[in-house]
Amino acid sequence: MSDFQQLIDQDTIVAQATAPGRGGVGIVRLSGAKSLEIAKTIIGFEPTPRHAHYVPFKDTEGEQLDMGIALYFPGPNSFTGEDVFELQGHGGPVIIDMLLSRCMALGARLARPGEFSERAFLNDKMDLTQAEAIADLIDSSSEQAAKCALRSLQGAFSKRIDELVEALIHLRIYVEAAIDFPEEEIDFIGDGKVAADLEDIRNKLHGVMKEANQGALLREGMSVVIAGRPNAGKSSLLNALSGKESAIVTSIEGTTRDVLREHIHIDGMPLHIIDTAGLRDSPDEVERIGIQRAWEEIHKADRILLMVDSQSVDSNDPNEIWPEFMGQLKSRDHLTLVRNKVDLTQENTGYEDINGLPVISLSAKTNDGVEALKTHLKSIMGFDSTTEGGFIARRRHIEALQKANRFLDAGFEQLHGYGAGELLAEDLKEAQEALSEITGAFTSDDLLGRIFGSFCIGK
Amino acid sequence: MDFPTRFDVIVVGGGHAGTEAALAAARMGVKTLLLTHNIETLGQMSCNPAIGGIGKSHLVKEIDALDGAMALATDMAGIQFRTLNSRKGPAVRATRAQADRILYKAAVRHMLENQENLWLFQQSCEDLIVEDGAARGVVTQSGIRFLSKTVVLTTGTFLGGVIHVGMQNYSGGRAGDPASIGLAQKLRALPFRIDRLKTGTPPRIDARSVDFSVMQAQPGDDITPVMSYMGSRALHPKQINCFITHTNEQTHDIIRAGMDRSPMYSGVIEGVGPRYCPSIEDKIVRFADKNSHQVFIEPEGLTTHELYPNGVSTSLPFDVQLNLIRSMKGLENAHITRPGYAIEYDYFNPQDLKYSLETKHMESLFFAGQINGTTGYEEAGAQGLLAGMNAALQAQGKDAWTPRRDEAYLGVLVDDLITMGTKEPYRMFTSRAEYRLILREDNADMRLTEKGHELGLVSEERWAAFCEKREAIEQETQRMKSSWIVPNTPEAELINPKLETPISHEYSLLDLLKRPGVEYADVANLKNAPEHPVSEQVSEQVQISVKYAGYISRQAEDIERLRRQENTPLPENMDYSVIDGLSNEVKQKLSEARPATLAAASRIQGVTPAAVSLLLVHLKKRAISSKSA
Repeated sequence: MSDFQQLIDQDTIVAQATAPGRGGVGIVRLSGAKSLEIAKTIIGFEPTPRHAHYVPFKDTEGEQLDMGIALYFPGPNSFTGEDVFELQGHGGPVIIDMLLSRCMALGARLARPGEFSERAFLNDKMDLTQAEAIADLIDSSSEQAAKCALRSLQGAFSKRIDELVEALIHLRIYVEAAIDFPEEEIDFIGDGKVAADLEDIRNKLHGVMKEANQGALLREGMSVVIAGRPNAGKSSLLNALSGKESAIVTSIEGTTRDVLREHIHIDGMPLHIIDTAGLRDSPDEVERIGIQRAWEEIHKADRILLMVDSQSVDSNDPNEIWPEFMGQLKSRDHLTLVRNKVDLTQENTGYEDINGLPVISLSAKTNDGVEALKTHLKSIMGFDSTTEGGFIARRRHIEALQKANRFLDAGFEQLHGYGAGELLAEDLKEAQEALSEITGAFTSDDLLGRIFGSFCIGK
Repeated sequence: MDFPTRFDVIVVGGGHAGTEAALAAARMGVKTLLLTHNIETLGQMSCNPAIGGIGKSHLVKEIDALDGAMALATDMAGIQFRTLNSRKGPAVRATRAQADRILYKAAVRHMLENQENLWLFQQSCEDLIVEDGAARGVVTQSGIRFLSKTVVLTTGTFLGGVIHVGMQNYSGGRAGDPASIGLAQKLRALPFRIDRLKTGTPPRIDARSVDFSVMQAQPGDDITPVMSYMGSRALHPKQINCFITHTNEQTHDIIRAGMDRSPMYSGVIEGVGPRYCPSIEDKIVRFADKNSHQVFIEPEGLTTHELYPNGVSTSLPFDVQLNLIRSMKGLENAHITRPGYAIEYDYFNPQDLKYSLETKHMESLFFAGQINGTTGYEEAGAQGLLAGMNAALQAQGKDAWTPRRDEAYLGVLVDDLITMGTKEPYRMFTSRAEYRLILREDNADMRLTEKGHELGLVSEERWAAFCEKREAIEQETQRMKSSWIVPNTPEAELINPKLETPISHEYSLLDLLKRPGVEYADVANLKNAPEHPVSEQVSEQVQISVKYAGYISRQAEDIERLRRQENTPLPENMDYSVIDGLSNEVKQKLSEARPATLAAASRIQGVTPAAVSLLLVHLKKRAISSKSA
């Protein structure tokens, strides 16, 4: 079996080992040759094998990130058969994310879904029956992750990435064509085009990285719009959601009287709730501007809770419930229907999928079903209990962007320090490979196709 | 009748694949027959009389490193040599030579006739002899049976060839050659996947009717490059110029007016042409906004007046060809000696081959060259050498060998073909090689000659020269590594002007060479100068390995990472449809390509790292199950 051991990637991998988003304990697990070295840096000393150390976890400056239990299992007597290091901390997603970033900065790479189990199996740490589940783990999680990634890529961010990759491909076409077809009158480094294009791409990348970091749901929170006709119970729901939380950060009036923002936390995860008051046609100029702004919020929202009073509405079809609203919303992708006041109608509370539309029945007054709504929101945020979520997908994107950035820096140096076109070409290729994590693979044949489509090549 | 001599290897076809195949097998000491329908056309350059160019010269140098014929024949026949990309860094530099057709053919013929263990025979091949599903010889046109252990087919475009000039077409191989029919029927009966391709040539022109004085002359390089590691400038015949002219608006108008009689654009031709070598009518249509294209006027030899106008390949009717040629500067009175044409032909999907180039559907039968969907002499020669070598290895009862992608362009070529197949005539480009910085023209011998010697391909003479060079590189590197320059010494003052910042502590000569802008000659003799200066080939190797060091070690890590996957075979009979977790698209792609190794699978489009993990887990499950069963 040892020939399979040799096929394991040599990278040290890291991931959150506990279900994301659950309170209580959060575990970050490392596996691979660099585990011990990373452990020593984070806890400040060499951990005793198989011994629980209660210690502070430190950041780059030596400041405490969290206090928790550190465990070290040298290979081969570990879950994966490799050196394994575990940090058991307080579980809040922000802290977990900081620990993951710290491990990655120290040389670990984010594990792919199922990768710990894969290593365990290849290292003879699992038998065939246990191994049956691995394929599902790799497959379903990566599919889920892809969906989450897609979700996190909607809108402007995705457009910026596309533009960036397109600019990179364009530059590669130019550089590669000049290398492979020197007799085709394609000028090279000399004309300054390459340098200018490279500069533009690096600026674009920096912009996207900034946006990716800012836009992370984790740090910024998810924006949820509560929409509904007057008296559907929007304000009571807002109170029900934030009621038990002492952590209401601010409560400010929006830019207009129509939009009210609340910043709340559910189990340590930030949410921005936007309560759109009366959305209606209005002859009043000021009010119209307010309504227009409210719509902008709705279009940007990660989730829209469409609230109805279950006493007066039987239908579960949003188009019937509020045609004017749906007409302007265009897409129901981000929509959840919330049926309030079920304490008065005796309907069952909880989550239901009706023709692909998530429907939550609850009573904001008695709190019945509010928990189901919270679970629903957490799962959308990517803190689902079973699968890799959106925030890991974001983390992967940021990792890919950083990697691409390093190669572009190196390429810049080659171009300006040495005038070395073939080395610039190499770095551009690596940069694109890093981005292929987000955009999908781009093969050398794809590149040749683009070259032949752009230049009239061929003697 | 049965021919009395039994052969180890029979090579059918005397083009660039066939001659390299026959020579390689014979060099390895096995009895080899080269069967050709015409001994006079051995080594014929049937298209453009040039060898090399970006990516292609890399293949030529690799053939040379394994003692093949192409590079040396080029040195004996080259009438204009240039180094392309000379200002872009060593990895992408390439040698290109214009060759005298007659001298080239003579050089190849000479090598074939003087090769031990090699028999030549002229007659066309009519049939294969098959025993127990394995190729065991061939039958010629007049019924002579040649028996052998292996057969290498290098029969080019002979299958279903149709030549087009305007709306007229007729079946045939290359212009003037007969198309073989019997062999084709035999092969078609096997379950090979067959597809159709197209390629073309320009009309040829009589130099006596051309006014060179109005064209731009393109001389060879001042310091004439040499193609073979064993070659020298002394081998080169007289050097002459090529010329450049251009198409113009009038040319384009003539072409547009003739388009209704173009077999390409009227739907007569169905085969897929290459994206990179379009016909002139293609260029005009696809790049309509470009009002001029370069045309290289290349002499076909020292003793002929025929010229090859490179860049105006066409299948338009002859009257249009004549007008379009005559619309160009210097060609106003040009006489066309042969019309241009397009040829459509069948090729065998190379995904039906193993890495050794043995076919999957018939044991001991090997394919090399255009039959596999490639184009170009260099691509053909490279495959020929590999196929001939592997046929000889099989006859000797030894394991096959093909270089990996990180070892040679030969490896890139074969792996691309058998893993991905090809939809257009396949040509080598440096951008196809992910390890371009390692696979250089200058180090093909360092990469391959030792292995070639071990296989019996490389002569003792070449081996001795190679060992001497390798030793000299090692010594020179050591010398420069252990020679130190100390600040504030006369040596330091000599080098400081070349550096961005003067040296502040001790540096070895090798470290100094790493600095931008510093060349070998700047530092080599600062300290402990060698008694005899090393050769240019040696200093070049020292300098390149220092300048590329960071990138090469990065690539070396990648290679190491992949090597284990390269060494993990995927069973030929693997049922991909039962592998849990793979998407249907990936299952289908894997079932079609049947990649030979895990690494090859990872190169198929759509096969993600997660899919590779699933394959790996599946392989291990298989291994456990079969062990316990």
